[in-house]
Amino acid sequence: MSVADRTERTGRVEKTDRGEAVPARAGTFRRRRPRTLGEVVTSAHGAGGSASAELIETVFVDVFRSPALDVLGDGAVLPLPSGESLAFSTDSFVVRPLRFPGGSIGDLAVHGTVNDLAMTGARPLWLSAAFVIEEGFPVDELRRVAEDMAEAARAAGVEVVTGDTKVVDAGASAGLIITTAGVGLVPPGRQLSARRVRPGDRVLVSGTIGEHGMAVMLARGNLAIDAAIRSDTAAVDALVEELLAAAPSARWLRDPTRGGVGTACNELARDTGLGVLLDECSVPVRPDVRGACELLGIDPLHVANEGRFLAVVPPEQAPAALAALREHPLGRSAAVIGEITDGPAGIVAMRTALGGTRIVDMLVGDPLPRIC
Amino acid sequence: MRFVDEFRDPAAARALVAAITELAGTDSYAFMEVCGGHTHTIYRHGIQHLLPESVELVHGPGCPVCVIPMGRVDDAIWLAEQPGVILTSFGDMMRVPGGRGSLLEARARGADVRFVYSPLDALGVAVDNPDRHVVFFAVGFETTAPSTAVTLLRARELGLTNFSVFCNHVTIIPPLRAILRSPGLRLSGFIGPGHVSTVVGSRPYRFVPETYGRPVVVAGFEPLDILAAVAMLLRQIRQGRCEVENQYGRVVREEGNPQALALMARVFELRPHFEWRGLGFIAQSALRLTDGFARFDAERRFDMPGVRVADPKACQCGEVLKGVLKPWECKVFGTACTPQTPIGTCMVSSEGACAAYYTFGRMALR
Repeated sequence: MSVADRTERTGRVEKTDRGEAVPARAGTFRRRRPRTLGEVVTSAHGAGGSASAELIETVFVDVFRSPALDVLGDGAVLPLPSGESLAFSTDSFVVRPLRFPGGSIGDLAVHGTVNDLAMTGARPLWLSAAFVIEEGFPVDELRRVAEDMAEAARAAGVEVVTGDTKVVDAGASAGLIITTAGVGLVPPGRQLSARRVRPGDRVLVSGTIGEHGMAVMLARGNLAIDAAIRSDTAAVDALVEELLAAAPSARWLRDPTRGGVGTACNELARDTGLGVLLDECSVPVRPDVRGACELLGIDPLHVANEGRFLAVVPPEQAPAALAALREHPLGRSAAVIGEITDGPAGIVAMRTALGGTRIVDMLVGDPLPRIC
Repeated sequence: MRFVDEFRDPAAARALVAAITELAGTDSYAFMEVCGGHTHTIYRHGIQHLLPESVELVHGPGCPVCVIPMGRVDDAIWLAEQPGVILTSFGDMMRVPGGRGSLLEARARGADVRFVYSPLDALGVAVDNPDRHVVFFAVGFETTAPSTAVTLLRARELGLTNFSVFCNHVTIIPPLRAILRSPGLRLSGFIGPGHVSTVVGSRPYRFVPETYGRPVVVAGFEPLDILAAVAMLLRQIRQGRCEVENQYGRVVREEGNPQALALMARVFELRPHFEWRGLGFIAQSALRLTDGFARFDAERRFDMPGVRVADPKACQCGEVLKGVLKPWECKVFGTACTPQTPIGTCMVSSEGACAAYYTFGRMALR
């Protein structure tokens, strides 16, 4: 009997005697407070994986103690007297090159914050935009970026209502850094939280994964891989509304940006204290993205997305949720990719296409290509 | 990517697992996959969990990043910190800890360290930065050595004076011999490396069956390749044969790649000895540049400290690389040593036995 069969029958995965104590020991250490950082911040701390989480937890969560911050979600949700809640989120954007197939830093700056708000269940309303510009940056280029932002905001139904500009010495930043903050309103009664997730719930993804990260990596032009991969960057707020209408008991949403679907699922497992079991065959990946990932030795589950989200919905609402997503142009390739299990706690496992089982861990540092 | 899917067909995998189960019968076998790429495939596809309990896969020393000793990493960091130097390296070398942190940390402190996908890219950096000196931190087995050789020949053609190679290329046969000679060897056979064999061929492994009585099957990197190789090893044992077989016939030839070997011979010569992480000094196990390429040799151009750094006491990478210990049997596995905070190199690259086990297989599944 294969592992997959056993897993299906019992509905859960269990430890064997082979090295039984160790997974438990490693698991305990993994849940511990991260070890102290080194003396300096490295690029790994910005890659969205476990090193980023460590930096955030050991520095910012520790210093800015606040119940609203402790959630570590995509944005803060603050109750208003009206019964609605105010959602508030911010994000900075640095990308090289500034323009890549399918989008630009301007698109990302709007989509990123709009999507973070949408993940809290909010309807995004207003944005601020702050620009840190290097001396020597072409005005034409800046104008094009601003136009991209205006267009993206129009499409997402939000307004950029305030902003700021700073100019720094040449070489002091990556050409252009944009920070956006956004405000939206969560309708009364709408509650999305890892605390509401239950074993048996289904995990959905709104579309094919890995396109944004791969498009940017290829656009840097040093890979000599020729593939027509376009970033998936898009505002998903309208798609979220469709999903929530079809699956009103949806539990949890997350946009799998840096660190990818694998890291987002690990955050889900960590925050729920439950297990997540993914099915490799169900995870939608375009063949060209899969090919490029194969060549580079990178797992598509660790590649960034900018126009996709993960949703956890109760099993009885999963078919309606999936149908609603697939109705929408942005959700045509949506899929149920896994389910929540009652254990092992905090672990994301995946049934491989071959019928084996493996762990999907958080990304550590940048996805570095393997040498052979 | 149909080419890949063909080698990941679940029905074919089930058939192979059934064959393996029958061939193994009630006996127990331990096979070492020499190559880190195989280790990665085994964990990524959950192959260990498909195999019957009687067949155990032991992870060998073939991860090029895992075998680089700490002193060499320190030398690379020292190079990166020299004024005017740009150090270029393969991506997964960036996180390997030396005695003074990793290249990634050196970069964060201000050193100009860039990762490249091929040594020719490093050459491109040298051409683009004529006022800087570009060093390529060359690591890898015979798989990557030919591309370093091509790069050096090209650098000479271009007459570059601002490019050198810090050569850490190693060869596959000596560590294999060292493992076979180690006391307490409990291996029934070897899954021979795929990529290395595209260069060296399958012939150099003959000493394994002839001198040490263990069968070898050179295998590809897809999950079905590994399963097929296990079945072939078991079949040899069942039939009383002991030889070198080639499962990876679609790429590997018995004689290897003569052009690549000739290129290597023009540029490299054997070092008398080289230190391997965890395995210690092994005679004639690594390559250095010949005198003809002295001006491209970072070891001759720079007065590097070359200090030998002992492996951390707690680290049992050596035992893991020799297959004596399973990754999880190491004292610090998963506790002090994790992919995020690696102590030993086996925890760094996704091909390293410990990182692969931590990342993909940490939880054994029933």
